[in-house]
Amino acid sequence: MRFLRCADSGLLVELADLEAVQALYAALVEAPPEGVTDLVPAARTLLLHLDPQRADVAAIEAAVRAVEPRGTAGGDGALVEVPVVYDGADLAEVAKLTGLTEREVVDRHTSAVWTVVFGGFAPGFGYLAGGPPELAVPRRVESRTKVPPGSVGLAGAFSGIYPRESPGGWQLIGRTDLEVWRVDRNPPALLRPGVRVRFQEVR
Amino acid sequence: MSCLQVLATGPLATVQDLGRPGLAGIGVGSSGAADGGAFRLANRLVGNDEGAAAIEVTFGGLEVRATRDLTAAVTGAPCPVTVDGRGAAVNSVLRIPAGAVVRVGMPDRGLRSYLAVRGGISVEPVLGSRATDVLAGLGPEPLSPGAELPVGPPPQRFPQVDLAPVAACEDGEITLRVAFGPRHDWFTEDALTALVGSSYEVTPESNRVGMRLSGPALERCRTDELPSEGMVAGALQVPPSARPTLFLADHPVTGGYPVIAVVVAADLDKAAQARPGQRIRFRR
Repeated sequence: MRFLRCADSGLLVELADLEAVQALYAALVEAPPEGVTDLVPAARTLLLHLDPQRADVAAIEAAVRAVEPRGTAGGDGALVEVPVVYDGADLAEVAKLTGLTEREVVDRHTSAVWTVVFGGFAPGFGYLAGGPPELAVPRRVESRTKVPPGSVGLAGAFSGIYPRESPGGWQLIGRTDLEVWRVDRNPPALLRPGVRVRFQEVR
Repeated sequence: MSCLQVLATGPLATVQDLGRPGLAGIGVGSSGAADGGAFRLANRLVGNDEGAAAIEVTFGGLEVRATRDLTAAVTGAPCPVTVDGRGAAVNSVLRIPAGAVVRVGMPDRGLRSYLAVRGGISVEPVLGSRATDVLAGLGPEPLSPGAELPVGPPPQRFPQVDLAPVAACEDGEITLRVAFGPRHDWFTEDALTALVGSSYEVTPESNRVGMRLSGPALERCRTDELPSEGMVAGALQVPPSARPTLFLADHPVTGGYPVIAVVVAADLDKAAQARPGQRIRFRR
């Protein structure tokens, strides 16, 4: 565990791996130390946003070190089923990159139970981990200027669903009609950290 | 219902408050007024809670008509203000008769001004806030002519001063205090020296998300890929162009390029008032 200061506005905690980030996030989100205004879990770090008026950085560091890690991510552990039409523009490319057939890519994507490990990129975008290692693919060399909402993609070890039209470099394998983000719904994001996801093929 | 009718907006006018912190887990940044100090002052002058929604005016050009008698204040970048054509002072309490037009002209220094009205702008909150986040596309749309903004009921507190003494925004080169980190060790010694030893110019590619700066290149000594990580306002993120971007209120929740240094919180308001062409010096 390494602490990196972001002046008086933040404390970046660098951890060994995604699991360690999850464990620390799960513990801190339930009981954030005094002066911490927001938590940003990522692949290998957890950022603590600080209120510079109230935060005692030394005390916060001590509190973080004293945390009993949890086994599971925060959130309610709900299972979201995502219906997907697997006709993405990059499906053939993903098959080539992974050495699988397109059918095998779809089978592996639908057989795993994924977990939202962190958000970011856009409101409602959840990074899904826990898929089969064979599906790990690099981002596209050229990112698209417009990815349609509902696009289901792969990048690195993650899968994700674009909540709205935006630029993006993920390899697109399919699309869903499920609205993963609606501000007039409570909660607005279906894919919150800790939520589990199973993709289902629809034709 | 009483309201403000928007007649003109200038380059960009948005409704802002103190933002929606606490939602980073679902990819939502804090947003809110870029110059929080000026924003809070505007609300205090009219007797509002500091977090009541007000209008952030970028580089002047706002014209609104009041549909009933209102109390208002303009703070931030000092600009010529008129009420029905008559000059009025910034950082003071303004009485706006029903039907009068308030004009907020182009500031002669600074970039962002705030127009607060007693009662606050009472558009529907989104996720607990009335702030417009231009990156996330959350909150009310940026203002456009013809928009009607409801004004809330006046608070119980009354304005207590007529005029607030405020240091004017700085003209010419501004100095912002920084602390190195969190990824300063990804950069060469020369880069760290250049960052605090020379000045950078604010480019026109600047908005509420961040300011792109031009100046000496900040070369990296580590070229491997950084997994995306959380970002704070004030972060100086260095993309492959080797020129830093200074993140402001609507910055992305996470970023994939290393942060060489972070502007201290107390200097963020000053950063938000830097206009394209202005020079910035970073001091440790």
